[in-house]
Amino acid sequence: MLKDKDRIFKNLYNDNGIDLISAKKRGDWINTKDLIAKGKKWIIDEIKLSELRGRGGAGFPTGLKWSFAPKEVGSRPHYLVINADESEPGTCKDRDILRFEPHKLLEGCLIASYAVNAHVCYIYVRGEYYNEGQKLQSSINEAYENNLIGKNACGTGWDFDIYIHYGAGAYICGEETALLESLEGKKGQPRLKPPFPALIGLYGCPTIINNVETIAIVPTILRRGGDWFSKIGRSKNTGTKIFCISGNVNYPCNVEEEMGISLKELIETHAGGVVGGWDNLQAVIPGGSSMPLLPKNVCDTITMDFDSLVAEKSGLGTAGIVVINKDQDIIKCMARIARFYKHESCGQCSPCREGSGWMWRMLERMAKGEASRDEFTMLMDVTKQIEGHTICAFGEGCSWPVQGLLKHFKKEIEERNNFNPAFKKEREIPYLVDQHLLDK
Amino acid sequence: MTLRKISKDQPEHFEFSKENLEEAKMIVEKYPKGKQQSAVMSLLYIAQKQNDNWIPLSAMKYIGKLLEMPYMRVYEVATFYSMYNLSPVGKYFIQVCTTTPCMIRGAYEIVEACKEKISKNENELVHEKNSSWTEVECLGACINAPMMQINDSYYEDLDKEKVLKILDQVISDKMPKAGSYRGRLNSEPENNRKTLLDIKNA
Repeated sequence: MLKDKDRIFKNLYNDNGIDLISAKKRGDWINTKDLIAKGKKWIIDEIKLSELRGRGGAGFPTGLKWSFAPKEVGSRPHYLVINADESEPGTCKDRDILRFEPHKLLEGCLIASYAVNAHVCYIYVRGEYYNEGQKLQSSINEAYENNLIGKNACGTGWDFDIYIHYGAGAYICGEETALLESLEGKKGQPRLKPPFPALIGLYGCPTIINNVETIAIVPTILRRGGDWFSKIGRSKNTGTKIFCISGNVNYPCNVEEEMGISLKELIETHAGGVVGGWDNLQAVIPGGSSMPLLPKNVCDTITMDFDSLVAEKSGLGTAGIVVINKDQDIIKCMARIARFYKHESCGQCSPCREGSGWMWRMLERMAKGEASRDEFTMLMDVTKQIEGHTICAFGEGCSWPVQGLLKHFKKEIEERNNFNPAFKKEREIPYLVDQHLLDK
Repeated sequence: MTLRKISKDQPEHFEFSKENLEEAKMIVEKYPKGKQQSAVMSLLYIAQKQNDNWIPLSAMKYIGKLLEMPYMRVYEVATFYSMYNLSPVGKYFIQVCTTTPCMIRGAYEIVEACKEKISKNENELVHEKNSSWTEVECLGACINAPMMQINDSYYEDLDKEKVLKILDQVISDKMPKAGSYRGRLNSEPENNRKTLLDIKNA
């Protein structure tokens, strides 16, 4: 278990207040000026040394991302955008950072903005987090009053403004280019990449977009050194991470742990074990709903970091762990996730817009036991048709969980739908034949 | 699922109140010059708040003129995002999260409670426009599942009995206390905390 002194978010459960004085006691804003005085190159190099990977789901190296921003400001200003549009089912870590560690986030914003030459930062908070946004706004006001941000922020000579922008309940706005569209006051439909936002982003200007957790970790890394951070976890998967453990566990919770902790330890130690004991475990969704689920035999040994989960054909994503025990109907659970994706598809690319609905309806049929024999392969085919054929990663996000179900729970689906093995040969029906002529 | 239906009864005229107009101007200033369109989402929220929690078409036209953008662009935004109500909703607008993490901890019990106390169907205005309920997708409080939202506040760690009590308060026009209904501190593992104990006990 990670030692308390190595935890970054000391106020994760709000034990001692969110105001500036308590935040300073925890070490925020103490020597921001000195950190910034060391220069842009030092900051980016230190983040590269720490091997910090983005905490928003894709796990892209943060130092590398920052170095993509143009070194000199040309005719267009630079922007920093913070993605606080946390809507992935199973994930609620950013909410606690917004509520209880706002000053870590704000300080991180200042440092990151300095590193990428931005004077303005927008924090895109999901609309449902209105109360959390209000708390963040009062922390921003507090920081302005104490001259920590604003003109000549922290006495560094760097002018810096932070604004909150509220979303309005669209999951897709968590995708970075959709988020930019939404910030510009349009429908949140993702843009084609390239051009990447680091060169052409918000209002056509160079823009760096980072997750809340990524930015909130940055000041602590700089203070304690990239070397310290890279020694936690294992190579390329360094540091600490907030895990959200929800679902059928005895004590669901958010907890900060080191990367590469074993899933079993995480669930047994912090979340009080699976309801009904470890043997009652059916499956775990390891990284928010868009990551394929893991069956129990994998859960026994898996460690929670980016690379070992990818090796199991899943992913760490946002580290929102949803535990499903044997009392639940797994097909129904995944059908509900498919309904979520059907509801949230932005409707820009046909494979995703239509396919997400098909997948939902097929899974509903399978959950009821009304699916026909060929629907199993047909569903797999649909997921393959969506995956990789859309503008953004939503296509993968909605087809991977279904693929995970088909891969690991084929037996359950076949049993429920009474697929008869005697008729192994599939009927070859031309696509456009009138069905009523075939029925007796 | 949220209702994307435009109300048949539309007020003819809409205008921001004086305070709201001030606020709107402040919001526009957050964005660079010439990029006032960015403010459309916030302005729609203000309109929604001013107009009993729903947005009439006349408000969209008004905002379009205010921000010098075509009415169609405002309409697009208002119909794309699910948090803008295009038809009247109750004074207490109850949104129950039923996505998988909440579902496996019993979100459909809450739905049942809403059906018992409020109305059989979603999005029905009952008790003299006092309340209406709807199912929504993940609200991002999965640790505290099952949960629901009434207006801006989250109600967490619920079960059917607790929801029935909360809804009784709503029906008698009282705003229930928000937060966890199992008395736990935010997102900590209740009775099982193993981290940051020095800070807790300090």
